[in-house]
Amino acid sequence: MARLTMREAISQALWEEMERDPKVFIMGEEVGVWGGTYAVTKGFYDHFGADRVRDTPISEAAIIGGGIGAALTGLRPVAELMTINFAFSAMDHIVNEAAKMHYMFGGQMVLPLVIRTVGGGGRQLGATHSQTPDAIFAHFPGLVVVAPGTPADAKGLLKAAIRSNDPVMFIEHATLYQTRGEVPEGDYIVPIGKSTIQRPGKDVTIVTYSKMLELSLKAADQLAKEGIEAEIVDLRTLRPLDMDPVIESFKKTNRAVIVEEGWKSYGVGSEITARIYEEAFDYVDAPVKRVAQKEVPLPYNRTLEQSAIPNVEDIIQAVKEVL
Amino acid sequence: MEKKEYLDLYHQMVAIRRMEERAAELYQQGKIGGFLHLYIGQEAVSTGLIAPRTPDDRVITAYRDHGVAYNCGLSAREIIAELLGKATGCSKGKGGSMHMADVKKNYWGGHAIVGAHLPLAAGLALGDLYSKTPGVTICMFGDGATNIGYFHEALNLSKVWNLPVLWVCENNQYGMGTAVDRASAVSDIRKKADGYAILNDEVDGMDVLAVKEASAKMLEEIRAGGGPRFLEINTYRFRGHSMGDPERYRKADEVHRYQENDPIGMFRKYLIAAGIASEEEIVKLEDVIEEEVRDAVEFAENSPEPAPEELYTNVYFETY
Ligand SMILES: Cc1ncc(C[n+]2csc(CCOP(=O)(O)OP(=O)(O)O)c2C)c(N)n1
Ligand SMILES: [Mg+2]
Repeated sequence: MARLTMREAISQALWEEMERDPKVFIMGEEVGVWGGTYAVTKGFYDHFGADRVRDTPISEAAIIGGGIGAALTGLRPVAELMTINFAFSAMDHIVNEAAKMHYMFGGQMVLPLVIRTVGGGGRQLGATHSQTPDAIFAHFPGLVVVAPGTPADAKGLLKAAIRSNDPVMFIEHATLYQTRGEVPEGDYIVPIGKSTIQRPGKDVTIVTYSKMLELSLKAADQLAKEGIEAEIVDLRTLRPLDMDPVIESFKKTNRAVIVEEGWKSYGVGSEITARIYEEAFDYVDAPVKRVAQKEVPLPYNRTLEQSAIPNVEDIIQAVKEVL
Repeated sequence: MEKKEYLDLYHQMVAIRRMEERAAELYQQGKIGGFLHLYIGQEAVSTGLIAPRTPDDRVITAYRDHGVAYNCGLSAREIIAELLGKATGCSKGKGGSMHMADVKKNYWGGHAIVGAHLPLAAGLALGDLYSKTPGVTICMFGDGATNIGYFHEALNLSKVWNLPVLWVCENNQYGMGTAVDRASAVSDIRKKADGYAILNDEVDGMDVLAVKEASAKMLEEIRAGGGPRFLEINTYRFRGHSMGDPERYRKADEVHRYQENDPIGMFRKYLIAAGIASEEEIVKLEDVIEEEVRDAVEFAENSPEPAPEELYTNVYFETY
């Protein structure tokens, strides 16, 4: 197995899928000549050509709306939104079209569309460019929302997303691109809609995904030094949500901390917490704790911004509070 | 125009250039974070454009906003302090490079979602129309921004409601790495205004006096109740889109060709050749500007960080 960065893993998945299936193509801002704002599609334009690596104008609604239309004809577009903050400019097409068309027309219309995008804060980009609004998209039935936390999952899930016949929001994290990990070669598929245990433990369950997986693993390492064994469940797919590993783990540990980067109110943690209470109330030994972003638009100032997004200390403290 | 006015234009352009150069250094030193979109090469655009505005006129722009802020009367101190995220910055260190504003100076920001501020500009203009206040709204945006729906909705609305707004496209030939003709169905961008029956013109954005004249004329027409106008200002950005742009999309030759028409160098030559100022006077002014920017950096570096409680202020106006 090769040790790849997240960037390389995503790039590899895209490349292999484009080699495998001529119906797969990329469209988005700066995906071609520039090579991708985050360099994920570097070299694609020269290799696959301008027909399959299509630079678009700054027209998010047309990128997603156009992606939907092309998908309806049987193509498999990977429509890229440069960052998730620009998804709001395409919200109508994501929410009112992509998420509903298969259902609303009685199953006639099929949308093998991937919306590749990237979110997350911590880079001093200010309030409009630092959001983690994953939960908003996970609100809509009909939309699949995937957010990998490791290079291997990124590769396997992106391949699964491209082969899926449903519209998939594939949410990457801007500060994970350099993260390295073992990535299986070739046709490696990770099924959509399956949560997984990233670290076994018996004392407390940490439920998380994406960037916060990295922080949770660090927190777990430190807790282990104090004799506390945290089990980490990585959701990987936010919708459809696979609660089985969460509930199984919780029945063992009876305590849980949910860690997400987005805001706490109406967030992923709210959903997971409610589900634990609904599905495993008899196993609750302590109130479930949520670690999430402070309820403010993210400021530019580095210290202020860092104080608003969850860190390893916050996770450790929350774990200690439920023990 | 009086000598003082000429020198004032020169002062503004050079101050912007020096600020941006220092900003690039501060970025390299890690003192500025996030994105940093420099205005180097485009100084004559906002300087000429904003020169004829009255204090009633509002200005709103995109994220390439430091120079515009200076032209609107914000000090180099509060601009650099904002870049450093300090409490003394114009947005208290909360906005950063892309989100600068000073409402008291009728400078309405600094907006980082491409094209999203155009409908806002229509609303600002509606405010003046509705309240019968005399202001005109000057709305600046890039060539790339003319391809997003917001642009078209805002232009249409401005014409339908006869809003006092001056639409200004800063055509610097690229939106990030995408050349105008690769992204826009018409590369003559001002023709898009024809689609909304908005009178339009274009001007050389490397010539500060030409920009000023074009701006003054349109502002007057709008002020007289003529409704919206559209001005395309042709310019070029000498640096990358933001810091760390690999610039694979253009050749060094092309950049050099434009740099030969440096708006500051050309205006400097003109001032001397036309006998408006002597070389000596100009050098003296340049020293003053150098000092102004040096002082601003020092001020910003010595300014306090925002207090930790600032994280929670300004989320809402009301207390709940
Ligand atoms: C809605 C939206 N899409 C994409 C971006 C990312 N982006 C920032 S600047 C830019 C290019 C804008 O080009 P132009 O309007 O010509 O302005 P310039 O940078 O040349 O001044 C892009 C694509 C954004 N900020 N907002
Ligand atoms: Mg441009």
